Amino acid sequence: MKWLALLAVCATGSLLIYGVSDFPDWGSANSPANGGVEGAGASISEVFIEETETLTKVPNIVTAVLADYRGYDTMFETVVIFAAGMAIFAIIRVMRDTEQTQDKTQLDSSVDGDHQRIIVGTTCRILIPVIQLFALYVVAHGHHSPGGGFQGGVILGASFILIGLAGNLETAMQRFSEKQFVSMACIGIFIYAGFGLLGQFLGGDFLEYGVLQKVLLTDGEPMARSHSMLGVEIGVALTVTAIMFAIYANLASKGELKNGL
Amino acid sequence: MQDFIQNFVQPHFNYWAYVIVMMIGFWALIAKRNLIKKLIGMSIFQSAIILFYVSLGVKDGATIPIIDHHQPAPIHEVSQEGHDAHYNSHGEEEAHHHKPVAAEFVNPLPHVLMLTAIVVGVATLGVALAVSQSIYKDFGTLEEHEILEQIKTGDFHD
Amino acid sequence: MEHFNIVILVLLVITALLALRVKDLLSASMIFGIYSFLICLLWAEMGAVDVAFTEAAVGAGVSAVFLIATVYNTKRRSSD
Repeated sequence: MKWLALLAVCATGSLLIYGVSDFPDWGSANSPANGGVEGAGASISEVFIEETETLTKVPNIVTAVLADYRGYDTMFETVVIFAAGMAIFAIIRVMRDTEQTQDKTQLDSSVDGDHQRIIVGTTCRILIPVIQLFALYVVAHGHHSPGGGFQGGVILGASFILIGLAGNLETAMQRFSEKQFVSMACIGIFIYAGFGLLGQFLGGDFLEYGVLQKVLLTDGEPMARSHSMLGVEIGVALTVTAIMFAIYANLASKGELKNGL
Repeated sequence: MQDFIQNFVQPHFNYWAYVIVMMIGFWALIAKRNLIKKLIGMSIFQSAIILFYVSLGVKDGATIPIIDHHQPAPIHEVSQEGHDAHYNSHGEEEAHHHKPVAAEFVNPLPHVLMLTAIVVGVATLGVALAVSQSIYKDFGTLEEHEILEQIKTGDFHD
Repeated sequence: MEHFNIVILVLLVITALLALRVKDLLSASMIFGIYSFLICLLWAEMGAVDVAFTEAAVGAGVSAVFLIATVYNTKRRSSD
């Protein structure tokens, strides 16, 4: 079995390395992906780089392409993350109360454990507000610097995970209960889809942000697109935050959502 | 020898390294017997492909795909004409004047595609880990050969 | 920049092999976190700052925690 696997892997690898020799050189600006094919006009990425600033007033091209030009794609990526969270609920969440696991917490609060918790707990109590503030900054400032809904959402979710790791899962669940994170995940997707539908109600296409200037009261379509992108990113961040914490809470406690790691 | 390195190795050694990393992940996915090891292998496989994809957007001498609009010249013009002029008809013309050149920025499109792929990847890793926990609950082990043995003999509690 | 790339790529292959070689799954998860950080450095060097940021938050942070949470609830030893 092992030798067969090695053979298959080596065959695949040597075929790929053979294929690599036909690739454009490393860092070539004229490769088909970067410079387009000759005779077919500019490549789509060139258009993105040249037009984004004028059309959307967003300096970070990656955010603009993510939330505006490829908004439909990003919406369903968010739905995939939501579906992954729901799948985890379906797979390991147990609804009945188990009494045996109650003894485990008593063992945890031994003298040794307590001493560790004082140092780690105090450090995390100071650190967590800073992390959360940074996460919100990443979401809100995703237009002008690296960042956006996915990164900010993951960091915000990680701050709740840190509460669970430093203390116990129950402390984290008191601050961010199951009801809250499931509804938060739904609200995130509704915000995203809501921006799309709002565009349709105002006479545009689904996820066409330009027409939202009547609602957002901005001067000009580019600013409306910029502001809608922020709204959409907030929706993504809510879903990602909630699902990251939901996955952690379920994995750490075997689906009981108490007495976890 | 020098020619061979210059023309053949130097432009492509990054791609070779990605293929090697991918082979390591692929091998783990097939040959490792522990399910967690298989999942780590799957993540390595996945990140090698993402690595390759992002590397297609690299341009020599290009900067990150964020347009720096704090250059001195445009701000000076705006401050003379006030705020309203910048956002109305004049702003359009000015932006056209300082149009970014595509060759100066890294290709942003692979970044966008792979950014979402990474986050979706961790969500699916979570699902896979949940499945392996639920397998552990039924079989009491995460070793593939032991699980297969138990399925064959029907010796497990569901 | 080429030397930087070579160093990181060699370390990348080493950590990938090591993560799959150690029998202790907790160490494997931590080495996998190191692997993610190396990839993150590689992307930052390529100019893909957004992707590097995501990988630093996701690969090195959250996915290592997920792996550790699963190892905690199952067996820590692996047979290979």
